[in-house]
Amino acid sequence: MSSAIQTSTRRDVLGTSALRPDGAAKVQGRFEFSSDLHAENMLWGATLRSPHPYARIINIDLSAAYKITGVEAIITADDVPGKKTYGLISSDQPVFAQDFVRYVGEPIAAVAADHPETCRRALAAIKVEYEVLTPLTDAELAIQPTTPPIHPDGNVIRRQQIITGDQNLQGEIVVEGTYEIGMQDQAFLGLEAALAIPDSGGKGIEMFVATQWLHEDQKQIAACLDLPNEKVRLTLGGVGGAFGAREDISLQVHCALLALRTSRPIKMQYSREESFYGHVHRHPAKIFIRHHATRTGEIQRIEAKLVFDGGAYASTSSAVLINGVTHIQGPYRCLNATVDGYAVRTNNPPCGAMRGFGVVQACYAHESQMDKLAVACGLSPVEIRLRNAMVTGDKLITGQVVESVAPVARCIRETDAIALPAPLTKTAHPLELVGGSGLTSLPQNIVRGVGWGVSIKNLMYSETFDDFATARCQLKDGVATLKYATVEVGQGFVVLAPQIARSVLGVDEVVLDTVDTGIGSAGSTSASRQTWMSGGAVDGACRLVRQRLFEHVGKKYNIDPLRLVIEDTDIVDMIGDFRISVVEASTGVLIDETFEHHHRPTEELDEKGQGNCHVAFAFVAHRAVVDVDVELGLVKVIQIATAQDVGRVLNPIAALGQIEGGIAQGLGLAVMEEIVLDKGKMRNPSFTDYLLPTALDAPSVVAVMIEEPEPQAPLGAKGIGEPPCISVTPAIAAAIRNATGKELPRVPVRPQDICF
Amino acid sequence: MNPNSEIYNLRVNGKTHEIRDSWVGESLLYVLRERLNLPGTKGACEQGECGSCTVIMDGQAVCSCLVMAATAIESEIQTIENLSDGGSLTEVQDAFVTEGGVQCGFCTPGLVVAIEHLLSQNPDPSEIEIKEAISGNICRCTGYGRIFEAVDKAVSVRKAKTS
Repeated sequence: MSSAIQTSTRRDVLGTSALRPDGAAKVQGRFEFSSDLHAENMLWGATLRSPHPYARIINIDLSAAYKITGVEAIITADDVPGKKTYGLISSDQPVFAQDFVRYVGEPIAAVAADHPETCRRALAAIKVEYEVLTPLTDAELAIQPTTPPIHPDGNVIRRQQIITGDQNLQGEIVVEGTYEIGMQDQAFLGLEAALAIPDSGGKGIEMFVATQWLHEDQKQIAACLDLPNEKVRLTLGGVGGAFGAREDISLQVHCALLALRTSRPIKMQYSREESFYGHVHRHPAKIFIRHHATRTGEIQRIEAKLVFDGGAYASTSSAVLINGVTHIQGPYRCLNATVDGYAVRTNNPPCGAMRGFGVVQACYAHESQMDKLAVACGLSPVEIRLRNAMVTGDKLITGQVVESVAPVARCIRETDAIALPAPLTKTAHPLELVGGSGLTSLPQNIVRGVGWGVSIKNLMYSETFDDFATARCQLKDGVATLKYATVEVGQGFVVLAPQIARSVLGVDEVVLDTVDTGIGSAGSTSASRQTWMSGGAVDGACRLVRQRLFEHVGKKYNIDPLRLVIEDTDIVDMIGDFRISVVEASTGVLIDETFEHHHRPTEELDEKGQGNCHVAFAFVAHRAVVDVDVELGLVKVIQIATAQDVGRVLNPIAALGQIEGGIAQGLGLAVMEEIVLDKGKMRNPSFTDYLLPTALDAPSVVAVMIEEPEPQAPLGAKGIGEPPCISVTPAIAAAIRNATGKELPRVPVRPQDICF
Repeated sequence: MNPNSEIYNLRVNGKTHEIRDSWVGESLLYVLRERLNLPGTKGACEQGECGSCTVIMDGQAVCSCLVMAATAIESEIQTIENLSDGGSLTEVQDAFVTEGGVQCGFCTPGLVVAIEHLLSQNPDPSEIEIKEAISGNICRCTGYGRIFEAVDKAVSVRKAKTS
């Protein structure tokens, strides 16, 4: 349970590397993650899941499970009192499967018992009779009208075309390719966990949960429980990373239902294997693109077809798809486009949000194309990108004009100016060679390669969605107290919010209130949006408080409040010599203001994919240097150079942490991370078999932050969370191509892709 | 869970704890977290791959998810809770905060224990020795850059203190 946190009292204003107020608790193991929560008399909950990708449920027999001592309740679809389905965009996913199971891992029942081991035995004792059906696991087959639908809503979740300009233009230079991106897992470390405490009388519930968006969870849980929203009170349980995987409901409804059924607190916590089944993943995608360009390399037209495999349920697939199709041009000028995109339903695991949200897939495809175009035009990878780099005022293929600051060329040039790493020496430590601790590589088989990637990423939600954020600021006796429902997943809003309050109000002490649904929504911690949106809300609330404080001081000391400004920790008269400390001025008064920050409205895309659908954009360039053992097919990423368009740096150390962390995740997708599927079944749902970058895989990162403040952004700062992980993946793939001469149309690049 | 329960003693952070009414299959990680009220040690993979559950057992850094608690009765176990008394931070802990080595913080206790163990064996490790020592601890947030900085800082602070 996240209690109020007293932040440090240093002058940690915006622009400084202020320290995280939760840092000390986290390094001492005192920080309470959702998995650390306990309640008196609590039971454990666990979920029974489908072993089949597609099957009809004929019968569920709970009798043997009920006979196990310690089992207190077992619930199935019949026990859901309200809405039987949930979902972020369309409510198409059953709380528990009723008639069909549509993916391996789909929940069928949940048990509450006195011990996790009792739960496991009870799950094993539930007998489910299935009629196993042939799964639909090919996304392209799912598009065919002749393919039987696996869900009442059909197999195509969304189709979106972009048709603009000359549809028949043929370039002097034409390059094309078909690119595939594997299914990536967010692999946050803090497994899904929640504690649900029922109100006495069973008419309401309190939940402590690790999520990305408390109010969206509240809405979906309340609908399934058939309770009014205010009877479902959510408090943020400490979150051990998210990266998109906590945007959808996982165990929330099950946990709440068990608590209401047993009238006892229920704790649920997934294992790692269950976590792989229990949350959505990054969409695998197949993307064909053809670029038409002049002989000198100016892009004239793109043709593309994108197919995103959404798995069994919709989640955010329709939004992921439009991110894919609207970003397929990359950060490059292009006037003519013929784009067709599909997000489809299959019996593969459901896919939804992951850092980069549809743009990761598009970027791998367009950047692979840029290198082909460079070769066809006889230009360097840098030159082809500079020649096409978009600028502020350019029109996108959706017809939307890029109003954001767009320093694309500067990102490329500043990345290019970063020194390349020293060549591999003959005396290098074996652990520094490709293959690392496997001690496998012979230096004569190691070839070095360099590659590039550049990307554009939308910020905030798109297509008319008003993802506003709310914050409240109270000032009393020189102490500011901030209240918001903004979820801290590790990104650092917990340090940014007090920095904002100190800068605006001139206070030193800032107290952060509990993060819960006791205030308006903050929107999701996703889409690189919280610094902009919740930062804007905190800034707005603090500015209202400051105005009231100036009015109070003005009245008391007979000064026009418009002449007052904050200078360090004082209020001063800009014209006269009046000066009073904020602490003194606010002693004995309570000022309390709440502010909602809304971004500008956006539009739907029309049938031809035209419309101002996005709020704003950020840009980044990556250059990768890799060593490849061409005989064994092993890769070591040596250095990532990057220049990122951040608008304004609000906390240098936190910003660098986002950049380095995002790069590691993009590296994972480039060379190691993939959920391997076989007829709809995951082959590697564990950290033994799903490989994540370790300290020995971490490249040297040399980062430049480009500060050109964004006029639209409340603090001048753009979102920085997603861009680092987007173009680093194609940059690494390009570097491996550079070392090996292979086409490598698929990520992650596997040893067999290099050797054979 | 009476049919399978046992009573045994565990030595944790210098104190003897009697474990009653527990299922003998419980891991050391489970017993620390759920029975001894020591939730600082985290569980994230149950397979000894991520290092979140790292504790010191008889002077060795081990994954407590892989140790059956009932087999640890002869051992001295030290957890993250033993490193600082809630107030003062060790040099490693302090450097994690000041150098930005903490984001979500879930891997942090395991990493801090692993690094404290490394520095107790090797007070001045090379870059590659540091990387090797913590390569069994997965961090998903930071990309490790700020963690390397934190280790470097802790080493130099300790050196300055001893010289």
